[in-house]
Amino acid sequence: MAPTPAARDVAIVAFAQSDHRRRTDELSEVELLMPVLHQVLDATGLKTSDIGFTCSGSSDYLAGRAFSFTMALDGVGAWPPISESHVEMDGAWALYEAWVKILTGEADTALVYGYGKSSPGEVRDVLTRQLDPYYVAPLWPDSVALAALQAQALIDAGETDEPALAAVAARSRDAASANSHAQVRGSRPQGDYVVHPLRTGDCPPIGDGAAAVILAAGDRARELCARPAWIRGMDHRIEAHGLGVRDLTDSPSTRLAGERAGAFELPVDTAELHAPFTSQEIVLRKALRLGDDVAVNPSGGALAANPVMAAGLVRLGEAAARIHRGESDRALAHATSGPCLQQNLVAVLEGES
Amino acid sequence: MAGSAGPEVLRAPLVVEFPFTRSLGPVQSAFLTGLRERTVLGVRTGDGRVLVPPVEYDPVTAEEIRDLVEVGATGTVTTWAWNPAPRRDQPLDRPFAWVLVQLDGADTALLHALDAPGPEAVHSGMRVRVRWAAERTGAITDIACFEPGEPGETDEPGGTREAGGEPAAHSGRFDDPVTGIVAAARLDYTYSPGRAQSAYINGLSARRTVGERCPSCRKVYVPPRGACPTCGVATEERVEVGPAGTVTTYCIVNIKAKNLDIEVPYVYAHIALDGAGLALHGRIGGIPYDQVRMGLRVEPVWSEGGRYPDHYRPTGEPDADYETYKELI
Ligand SMILES: [Zn+2]
Repeated sequence: MAPTPAARDVAIVAFAQSDHRRRTDELSEVELLMPVLHQVLDATGLKTSDIGFTCSGSSDYLAGRAFSFTMALDGVGAWPPISESHVEMDGAWALYEAWVKILTGEADTALVYGYGKSSPGEVRDVLTRQLDPYYVAPLWPDSVALAALQAQALIDAGETDEPALAAVAARSRDAASANSHAQVRGSRPQGDYVVHPLRTGDCPPIGDGAAAVILAAGDRARELCARPAWIRGMDHRIEAHGLGVRDLTDSPSTRLAGERAGAFELPVDTAELHAPFTSQEIVLRKALRLGDDVAVNPSGGALAANPVMAAGLVRLGEAAARIHRGESDRALAHATSGPCLQQNLVAVLEGES
Repeated sequence: MAGSAGPEVLRAPLVVEFPFTRSLGPVQSAFLTGLRERTVLGVRTGDGRVLVPPVEYDPVTAEEIRDLVEVGATGTVTTWAWNPAPRRDQPLDRPFAWVLVQLDGADTALLHALDAPGPEAVHSGMRVRVRWAAERTGAITDIACFEPGEPGETDEPGGTREAGGEPAAHSGRFDDPVTGIVAAARLDYTYSPGRAQSAYINGLSARRTVGERCPSCRKVYVPPRGACPTCGVATEERVEVGPAGTVTTYCIVNIKAKNLDIEVPYVYAHIALDGAGLALHGRIGGIPYDQVRMGLRVEPVWSEGGRYPDHYRPTGEPDADYETYKELI
């Protein structure tokens, strides 16, 4: 399927994120988020009143706070009323909505943010509430258990083994040594099985964090950023919710989203993959045909910091920041949602030489 | 982002329970009723595949599918994961394997638990059979779990599939069909309100109402949420307000709330405490409900051991002039 050409040039012009930490008891969600919003606005010199559209991603279930996203808006300065939207999803999908908003010409700039506080609850249990309520949720299969079923399927298929998974963990956390925002910096022992075949090292850290980006169109982007990260294509696709209906060793939704985003037209030099579990990187590399010459998760990825509802947006932000810094010319960014890579978003970003 | 976790950080347990009552479609109803009767049903898609658990719509074509078939209560593990530490609501309270099981006659797999002695006893491709729950209500938990079973073992009573043959059609009709489920769920949290609200609550425990002033527009927020929603900046300057205030608007409550021991009718009001930039709300007492009015001057009444004012009562001062509080309505 041919990629859909973008109707307008839109770029990520700024990215900011919090230091991701195991607990942030002293901070409410807006207190966690607000400094990140200020950083990303300061980077462009924009004020809230200059922003054409604001879109956020979060989930009330994480911290158990009803309508927390409306409280989070306090940090934006939403009065007089702004043009605003929210998705109960990772902020990457908020970015997608904002991108579409700009493509339609209804806005020239957008502020996108995502945040999550997993520390107040048990995120493994919380995430069971997103599953099929008739056949699956009553069994409370936690997020690690479902990822472990996928990992075992990959091992049975000969696509990976425990040493290969350990290597993914070690490479990611070594890379995070250079990322001051990461929660787990530097390699650590793989540890015991959490749910066999996944060990502690194969699983993401649990923690709190926030991220924000600013999008801008055309010349506005060039004014706001020396080297904008142009979104050449972006698409997201979802698979059947029944785990037993899917081939867990593959990710056709990622591949299709990648095709639609133009990921296969030219090679990328960087890929920021949202793979909270080591085994999921194996699936994504295959689906996206990433060779060893591609720098995968130079930020450390979700294995180094996994603020749920922000970690996908962080992938887009990290890929864009690498282009901003001149360290990448063409980068792929991926975000996922749901169990076992159920839903996937792929974006292709480019810098101008 | 520094913010140190000082002694003033408050924490409290928070339990969120949400018992969703969900209605079932015809296929789901037949499947769950079938489990109650120890019969496993699947649904056939347009291209002939048998989905177990069955769904109302084809996951590929979205076509409505209604052709039910009966599959075996035995099957084959397609993938598994050993769970050494079961969590509260999971199917078994001792270590077990999560499994995807392709039941005999099905083309897709069902997620459930497998009762096995240890991970060395589990592998993909192993044969398993349903262990039925003793009490069955028409729910996925009517399958208590799977247990290891040898190939060629006969199905539990009710299975009509011939070995190697096509699963037989089933009408999906049972006496007293299940038409809905109640999905109880409980999540446990440790709530911490953050810097601004912790300071507010700590102030209240000393019977002081402490708001925060916006450094930009100077408005004083009570209770503070940590940010000025107009300016989008942190509010950090603490300002004690009240204790007295002015009723800016009110309503008369005529319906008794569950678990609330207050005689109706009573007045619930917006009260602008002196020095506050917006009104908070509270109950008005110490005055007949039909004599409460906008502009009434009130003060908090603290109950013994209470962490916030129980209600507000008239101070006896003359009413406030409308001009003094109209911006706070
Ligand atoms: Zn203000």
